[in-house]
Amino acid sequence: MTGIPKLCYFNGRGKMESIRWLLAAAGVEFQEEFLETREQFEKLLQDGALLFQQVPLVEIDGMKMVQTRAILSYLAAKYNLYGKDLKERALIDMYVEGTTDLMGLILMCPFLSSEEKEKQHTVIIQKATNRYFPVYEKVLKDHRQNFLVGNQFSWADVHLLEAILMVEEKNSSVLSEFPQLQAFKARISNIPTIKKFLEPGSQRKPVPDDKYVETVRRVLQMYF
Amino acid sequence: MAGKPKLHYTKGRGKMESIRWLLAAAGVEFEEQFVETKEDLEKLRKDGHLLFQQVPMVEIDGMKMVQTRAILSYIAGKYNLYGKDLKDRALIDMYVEGTTDLMGMIMYLAFQPPDAKEKNLALIIERATTRYFPVYEKVLKDHGQEFLVGNHVSWADVHLLEAILMAEECKPDILSPFPQLKAFKGRISNIPTIKKFLQPGSQRKPPADDKFIAESPDAPLKLSEHRGETECTTERCSKKNPMIGRM
Repeated sequence: MTGIPKLCYFNGRGKMESIRWLLAAAGVEFQEEFLETREQFEKLLQDGALLFQQVPLVEIDGMKMVQTRAILSYLAAKYNLYGKDLKERALIDMYVEGTTDLMGLILMCPFLSSEEKEKQHTVIIQKATNRYFPVYEKVLKDHRQNFLVGNQFSWADVHLLEAILMVEEKNSSVLSEFPQLQAFKARISNIPTIKKFLEPGSQRKPVPDDKYVETVRRVLQMYF
Repeated sequence: MAGKPKLHYTKGRGKMESIRWLLAAAGVEFEEQFVETKEDLEKLRKDGHLLFQQVPMVEIDGMKMVQTRAILSYIAGKYNLYGKDLKDRALIDMYVEGTTDLMGMIMYLAFQPPDAKEKNLALIIERATTRYFPVYEKVLKDHGQEFLVGNHVSWADVHLLEAILMAEECKPDILSPFPQLKAFKGRISNIPTIKKFLQPGSQRKPPADDKFIAESPDAPLKLSEHRGETECTTERCSKKNPMIGRM
């Protein structure tokens, strides 16, 4: 019996946020169950709901899917956001791995000490402006199309927008040398489903705060 | 003009090894160009061959592919090792992410200082025997089939065999509680293309030794630096730290 997808995670961004973005971009409604206590997590473990004892967990189409990338690939393919053939998939996969790496740097931030955080911020801006953004800037400049791959909206576009916004939260002028990305950001933000997701009241989660960090640590018993 | 795929990496396992396994399993011949010095790496970068300045890089079908997972997915798709439909793919993807996490922990071990190594080796063995292997044991037991997904050999089977062999290098009797995996290992190792890859003289690489680590063109950083995800030329460091991220 399939209903709407159900996401199980903390009430915060973490690894689930890219999944929320992709579902939202595809115009798919979803429910969320938020992990707040250790007991909830232990129940999931005991019930065998978590294949590798980890969240994110997404219940979709009769499956209990885990592993962020597996979930995202499934959604991209299901909702036609994965290009039209194997070569377009290859490009989308490569681009998405890049934005995953970039966002991965940011994901760790809330869990770092304040000096580590500052160092990490520098690394993020440096990597974004020297390694990652130039790639996407060039892709857009070279083919002059509206979207990264195959002249068609795909997972790669959603993921890049998410990454851009996350980096801008660290440094609001980070796109100043990237005119293509500025235009891209505006274009993709205006896609109706994405515009809606960017409005207050959507299921998009805010920048992680201490409460979020505390919840994750408590639920996962992860103290480092 | 498409010739054989050409792999660019160091002369060791690292992140390229899973790619070598998959190509070999698919019966695809490939060439290798080894990145042996910092200059080799700089040249690849300067020539604009590395999309994100990192290796692995595989020249295949007119593309210069980077990012291990993208490359593996492409090969699996191309050589019919990705299941028959979206749901098979989903299972394969989930299983492969698990073995990726396990192998990531093992790969990382070689580059750690001696005091951390022992602790992390114990963690790897614990994770292998309580988190990862039980999953695949159960999958095989429940459906009673020869392969993990869809009664057909796939990327997931190749990846699991690779992970099993790596884990056995950490602890030779690690499969003793897992009869299904023992049988699986025997079966998959006997697939002709894989059997060939397991023989001496193939392009399979040996485990990292101290010489390899010392001479690696992107000299590995201390654990504390890895936590901050700072400079590193291969993907292994820009991904989640496999030791710390494993909750």
